[in-house]
Amino acid sequence: MAKILISFTLNGKKIEDAVSPDQPLLEYLREKGCKSVKRGCETSNCGLCTVLMDNKPILSCTMLAVRADGHNIITLEGKQQQAEEIGSYLAKEGAEQCGFCSPGLIMNIIAMKDELKNPSEDEIREYLSGNLCRCTGYVSQLRAIKAYLVSKEDCQ
Amino acid sequence: MNAKKYVGAGVVKSDAKALTTGKPVYTDDLAPADCLIVKVLRSPHAHALITNINTNIAMKVPGIVCVLTYEDVPQCRFTMAGQTYPEPSPYDRLILDRRVRFVGDAVAIVAGETEQAVDKALKLIKVEYKVLEPVLDMRKAKDNKILVHPEESWKSLCPVGADNMRNLCASGSDSHGDVDGTFAKCDVVIERTYRTKQNQQAMMETFRTYTQLDTYGRLNVISSTQVPFHVRRILSHALDIPKTQIRVIKPRLGGGFGAKQTVVTEVYPAIVTLKTGRPAKIVYSRYESMIASSPRHSMELTVRMGATNDGIIKVIDLYTLSNTGAFGEHGPTTVGLSAHKPIPLYGKQEAFRFTWDVVYTNTLSAGAYRGYGATQGIFAVESTVNELAEILNIDPVKMREINLVREGQVMHAYYGETATSCALDRCVERVKNMIDWDKKAKPITLPNGKIRAVGIAMAMQGSGISNVDVGSVTIRMGDDGDYNMLIGCTDMGTGCDTILAQMAADCLDCDMKNIAVYASDTDVSPYDSGSYASATTYVTGMACVKACEELRNKILLTGAEMLKVNVDDVDFDGQKVYVVADPEKFVTRKQVGYKGQCFSNRELAATVSHSSPTSPPPFMAGAAEIELDPETGKVELVDYCAAVDCGTPINPNLARVQTEGGLVQGIGMALYEDIIYDEKGVNYSNSFMQYKIPSRLDINKVRVEFESSYEPSGPFGAKSIGEVVINTPSPAIAAAVATACGVRIRELPITAEKIVIGLKNK
Ligand code: FES
Ligand code: FES
Repeated sequence: MAKILISFTLNGKKIEDAVSPDQPLLEYLREKGCKSVKRGCETSNCGLCTVLMDNKPILSCTMLAVRADGHNIITLEGKQQQAEEIGSYLAKEGAEQCGFCSPGLIMNIIAMKDELKNPSEDEIREYLSGNLCRCTGYVSQLRAIKAYLVSKEDCQ
Repeated sequence: MNAKKYVGAGVVKSDAKALTTGKPVYTDDLAPADCLIVKVLRSPHAHALITNINTNIAMKVPGIVCVLTYEDVPQCRFTMAGQTYPEPSPYDRLILDRRVRFVGDAVAIVAGETEQAVDKALKLIKVEYKVLEPVLDMRKAKDNKILVHPEESWKSLCPVGADNMRNLCASGSDSHGDVDGTFAKCDVVIERTYRTKQNQQAMMETFRTYTQLDTYGRLNVISSTQVPFHVRRILSHALDIPKTQIRVIKPRLGGGFGAKQTVVTEVYPAIVTLKTGRPAKIVYSRYESMIASSPRHSMELTVRMGATNDGIIKVIDLYTLSNTGAFGEHGPTTVGLSAHKPIPLYGKQEAFRFTWDVVYTNTLSAGAYRGYGATQGIFAVESTVNELAEILNIDPVKMREINLVREGQVMHAYYGETATSCALDRCVERVKNMIDWDKKAKPITLPNGKIRAVGIAMAMQGSGISNVDVGSVTIRMGDDGDYNMLIGCTDMGTGCDTILAQMAADCLDCDMKNIAVYASDTDVSPYDSGSYASATTYVTGMACVKACEELRNKILLTGAEMLKVNVDDVDFDGQKVYVVADPEKFVTRKQVGYKGQCFSNRELAATVSHSSPTSPPPFMAGAAEIELDPETGKVELVDYCAAVDCGTPINPNLARVQTEGGLVQGIGMALYEDIIYDEKGVNYSNSFMQYKIPSRLDINKVRVEFESSYEPSGPFGAKSIGEVVINTPSPAIAAAVATACGVRIRELPITAEKIVIGLKNK
């Protein structure tokens, strides 16, 4: 299949590249070294692949790489400082058990913080409902997220 | 040993930063870019013989490097069960077989340069099958004329009552006391049959492995596994090569829950690397992880229970029929726990009997899933106790208070072990208060018509496999007097790399930052059976304590020599070895460390293995509060309370999250998780669309408290926690449903549909 030329921004860096028209963004990003982006399913259920496109969370498994053309893509590699900060709240609760869901979850927490002011518990649950986690049972993550938001004075 | 500093503290896991910042630490992140992509062609039939298989066209696809069929693999049967040798699981597998035994069974292996090439080649392999009638119903499997494993090369290494000519993977019986005589004396005897279904562990990181040859031409296997040492042995059996030719390394794991105690993917890239000399990797899709994995055994359990009118349970007779599926992985052992864990919870019994059959069928091969048979048995026995309580008109909590096992009692159904540490009584009391049982024991109908009700259950598990599991720790002092600790157990998110360092730091009176931990690598780590059976904290933890003690003695000897005094005259406070009578005379830990590297005949290192003759059970009680809509049958879990006795919680934060996570998996099992087959044996539950696991929206309150006992044979008084926590939700929720609407659901999961049907049939 003929490759298609795209240009976009990845973690602040301008990129021009020829990509296969059938390659999902997820696999493309991993090939580019963004290994934080994980795949957990083929049915858009798990949220492990969450990245930001123009600061909105998207599932990189369900978007073709060609569609990144002209957009601004950010993975956890491009949000290291916030990852470390949010991660430290998760870690204080032990809420990053195997950690495989953490990058996708943290990307979505970053997006939530931008989008919602003072979210309630239910709003947090709702916003992050697409991020599955099989290890923790979610309650420790909720404690961590609330503590993080409180530290940012951004939670009820 | 000085005052505890780290043990008992909620220390942050040592890999936390790497995990939360998304560092490349998992198997697929580490695989070289030039790995061949390996995939498996799978059988569309539940039972068939391959009559012809043509790979010529597939081989012509550009980029395809090899296509392997049953004609290309060694012909020695093996088991994929990660168990200590000789494995109780029968040797019933080949890497590829002419006979396929379930929909999804491996037919051919394809390796190529790109995924696209491999996908294309998979479609171009021409297979002709002689389709055979399958055995799909476990109740019809024993002595069926259709055999799942008729082959002569099938073998069972242990006396587990296996007979491939009867579709039996295991069978037997066990008892204590005068069972029939005790039943005859009972005022009331009830018999109930319960069913549990196959469940997927559904860890977020699916099965995956990559392999390559190292400088010495040895096969290096980097795999997401709970059992590196077993992987090495199993690969050597499967590939028919010496064990010295294999090295297995475990990076970070994205969850396991028992799934990765079976060697699900390792053989495929391994044989490709051996045949081609090239690095190779396989990453299972979620679909493959659903249709060709190692789920929980489905079971049918018939419980007969005898009691007096005042609620004393005198005797339990349990028959378990377990479905091991197409292969026997973990079949003979899981079934045992269906009796050994629930029955001993009741301490006033005079007799028990347990009879079992484990059968082969043409369904997904079952494996190990957290709870390992105990979960199924506890659903059945705890539910029966709840039914008995209703018949006797005794409060279910009271029923437990009357009967529960107490510290010091002998548990006949648990290998005759004594409950050396047991706070089950306190757990029940605590949970009763947490959920406000006395107020809520009677169901309440809310103004909107929904009904609130509560239910309770108890559970126990083990701490490692007694007389079998081995944990080992190597700890050595190096430059600057700091320590390296090597372990062979496998942190799968459970935090054992951290909690073992907590223990070691307390044993050696140092900071955790003075101890560098490394796990696990079969070339480097001391032998460990692996992380399963709730073994790591208890078994490897004790090895850690013993190794530190041995190293401490060597530090004392070296220090005393340096000080030119007798070893009995010195002590070590973690920082220095000093003369007790004259503390001004000392050598620092750093000096001792460097002494070990200069003109020394004593290695400042210790490797200690530990095995336990007992497996002290952790205990717990769990209570569910539900809201049931009698119109639709929908159950909403409002609150779940648990009180756990895991002995000393080494790291209360991690123990809490283990508990919460296990409870939520148990809640998933209770309410929705189900593997459904069609009449031809096709597994419908092949994605997260069809196999629903709990999401954030399904979980309201989950509350966990600890009621600690002190286990004298455990490190710092610890027992296990990993598995016990999954066992209570099914019986507790089923009990709450029965209290709410009078419908007893005896087959999991407890769906709205079953409740509505139950209400209709009332
Ligand atoms: S990989 Fe599962 S939602 Fe994207
Ligand atoms: S921590 Fe393992 S899946 Fe979330």
